[in-house]
Amino acid sequence: MPQSGPAARFLPSETVDFAIVGSGAAGGIIAKELATAGFSVVVLEQGPRLTTAQFDHDEFGTFMRSHNSNSPETQPQTFRRTPKDIAQKAQVLVYGRMVGGSNAHFTGNFWRLHPSDFDEASRLGGVPGTGLVDWPIMYEELEPYYTKAEWELGVSGEPGPFDPPRSRPYPMPPLPVKSSGVLLERGAKALGFHPQVSPMAINSQVYNGRSACQHCGFCFFFMCEFGAKSTSMVAMLPLAEATGRCEIRPGSYVARIEMSRSGRATGVTYFDTKKRLQLQRARAVVLCANGAETPRLLLNSASSRIPQGLANSSGMVGTHLMINTFFGVHAQFEQPLNEFKSVQNSRMIHDFYDTDPKRGFYGGGGIDARFGYYPITFALGGLPPGTPSWGEGFARDLAEQFTRSMFFATHGTSLPVKDNCITLDPSLKDAWGLPCMRVTYQDHPDDLKCAQFLASHANQIAKAAGALKTWDEPIQPQTLAVHLLGTCRMGNDPRISVVDRYHRTHDVRNLFICDGSSMVTSSRGQPTETISALAFRAGEHIANFARKGEI
Amino acid sequence: MTDIHNRRAFLRAAAAASAAWATVDLLDIEEALAWASLQVTKPQLPKFSFFTPDQAEVIAVMTSRILPSADGRPGAREAGAVYFIDRSLATFSKSQRQLYSDGVMDLNTRATRTWSASPGFVSLTVMQQDTLLRTIENTPFFQAARFDTIVGTFALPTWGGNRDYAGWHLLNFTHRPVFEPPFGFYDAEVNRRK
Repeated sequence: MPQSGPAARFLPSETVDFAIVGSGAAGGIIAKELATAGFSVVVLEQGPRLTTAQFDHDEFGTFMRSHNSNSPETQPQTFRRTPKDIAQKAQVLVYGRMVGGSNAHFTGNFWRLHPSDFDEASRLGGVPGTGLVDWPIMYEELEPYYTKAEWELGVSGEPGPFDPPRSRPYPMPPLPVKSSGVLLERGAKALGFHPQVSPMAINSQVYNGRSACQHCGFCFFFMCEFGAKSTSMVAMLPLAEATGRCEIRPGSYVARIEMSRSGRATGVTYFDTKKRLQLQRARAVVLCANGAETPRLLLNSASSRIPQGLANSSGMVGTHLMINTFFGVHAQFEQPLNEFKSVQNSRMIHDFYDTDPKRGFYGGGGIDARFGYYPITFALGGLPPGTPSWGEGFARDLAEQFTRSMFFATHGTSLPVKDNCITLDPSLKDAWGLPCMRVTYQDHPDDLKCAQFLASHANQIAKAAGALKTWDEPIQPQTLAVHLLGTCRMGNDPRISVVDRYHRTHDVRNLFICDGSSMVTSSRGQPTETISALAFRAGEHIANFARKGEI
Repeated sequence: MTDIHNRRAFLRAAAAASAAWATVDLLDIEEALAWASLQVTKPQLPKFSFFTPDQAEVIAVMTSRILPSADGRPGAREAGAVYFIDRSLATFSKSQRQLYSDGVMDLNTRATRTWSASPGFVSLTVMQQDTLLRTIENTPFFQAARFDTIVGTFALPTWGGNRDYAGWHLLNFTHRPVFEPPFGFYDAEVNRRK
């Protein structure tokens, strides 16, 4: 851990070089890159800054009381399947609302995109009725930043049979395999598939002064009290602050991006902890607020001059929302696996990663071995259909099966569909008086066909592994998302993209965007490493532009 | 030693081993753990904030039928789920108060109506209680009580239930800050073969 000097503190009236909105996977990295490059940075984070003492193992508070995520009470959302439907109040998009963002409590899966992800549209000929296009960059251009992300954050893993090319090995050896991983390996090998170690942004040994994982088991959706989860919160933001040029300002809920008459961003207006509006002046603004809040902020920054929202001459802001598909197969085994220990994930297969047009649908993904439950959620949903819902049979099954259960999870693609979008709700306001987000989402039929394809293989793997009992998660339209992607995507053509290949908005020279919204395709279900790599790359280019006076 | 004491001992050892993060936050962590420890090991049972003693007994019995104890395996009653429910109704779940008050009254009414000698739900035999609960298992009251019984049995003790982690013992869920491989039967088996 770096020696932290006195933290920088800027007055809102001081014009800093960069105001960064959001402190998560992308915001943390860009703050560190820009501050290290010599620029003054304020990171505005709507959520609080939690200390290690506040990292708890509170499943109820975390999952059911929105302790560290956006709350339906103060920031409600509305949801509809299609633009023709009327949106009803429903919380569908969940993100970490604190310094570090969703990244602070994520599962830790770290998959690179493959070269095939970047030019699928031109190779397959597109998918009618969708916005599937190529990325404006190829794998080779992003590879150095994937490597940088792995080594600067800390990733444990081992080369797998379908890995894309890499210029350096994994920084750390794999985490210990779990029983679920052994069983996935057994079943997958029996069927001729090629199981591999799941790459995880979690330390398998002491790394960069941070502890190795202690296998406490309260991993996904919890912050790591050992600092072993390699996140912006522990690996990037402290470095940014240590430069003496970066202030992280929690409790700062950005309401608008302010613009001059000449069409430049001049700063951001935000609510402080007392709900008073403040203006932080900046020479440039970088949005890293996640794939839902970033477009919402742009839309909320509309004015009489730009009624359609900021940076939105294309009409693309908020559109082509992608969330990935998550389904899978539950399985019970004879002996205790004790999946409640350690990280979620130790083994996976990427045999079905690529699209195979012969299957009759776009898409592909991965299957991994995990658990996905904590005690309450297990009692509510971890037992097979047909189990008594109360009484002696229920209690006995809980007692026997909590340690004997696992989940073969499928992770799949989402096609970019223009109607899947974030817009402003026409009437609902949040606790600060800002228009709420209205989420319009319906999985493309190919997304669900792909999920079904993966799930049927997961089922075969579970049985080949010797499961005593298996049951599938029903494949049905999704109404919950934590991967928020595609809504301000990169592209060379300003008519069908919001930012250029360097994350500069087409419309505003000193406004940049880098987060899940930048993604052109959804990845095969694990986008975080790509967001991190894009952020390292964006940080480098933005610093270069600033040095050359090109902002 | 309780899990909390294990955790504190571990943190002290980590600080001694110069893990920088541990030294910085050790006092904060110790304070938080000390408070939590106090909540868990308080000798007296808390008073009910919302339920009358009679109502609390009806709900406690109801939780014991939803998640019964058996053969040394604790159930919702041992875990004190009723204390979680009471606290939730007193604080963040005020909107459920009428549902619970009416539900308790209804249970007692059904008990005396069906078994005319009975003074109420808690006086019925276990079999009679289950029979009665089966007749209301699709009602909003039962569904809410089932959900709350589960949360009250398995949530962190700081929420009022899961006393002394009885609920986690029911699941064979060991709560420790640190584990080491092998974690379960199948990874242990692989390691033995090596």
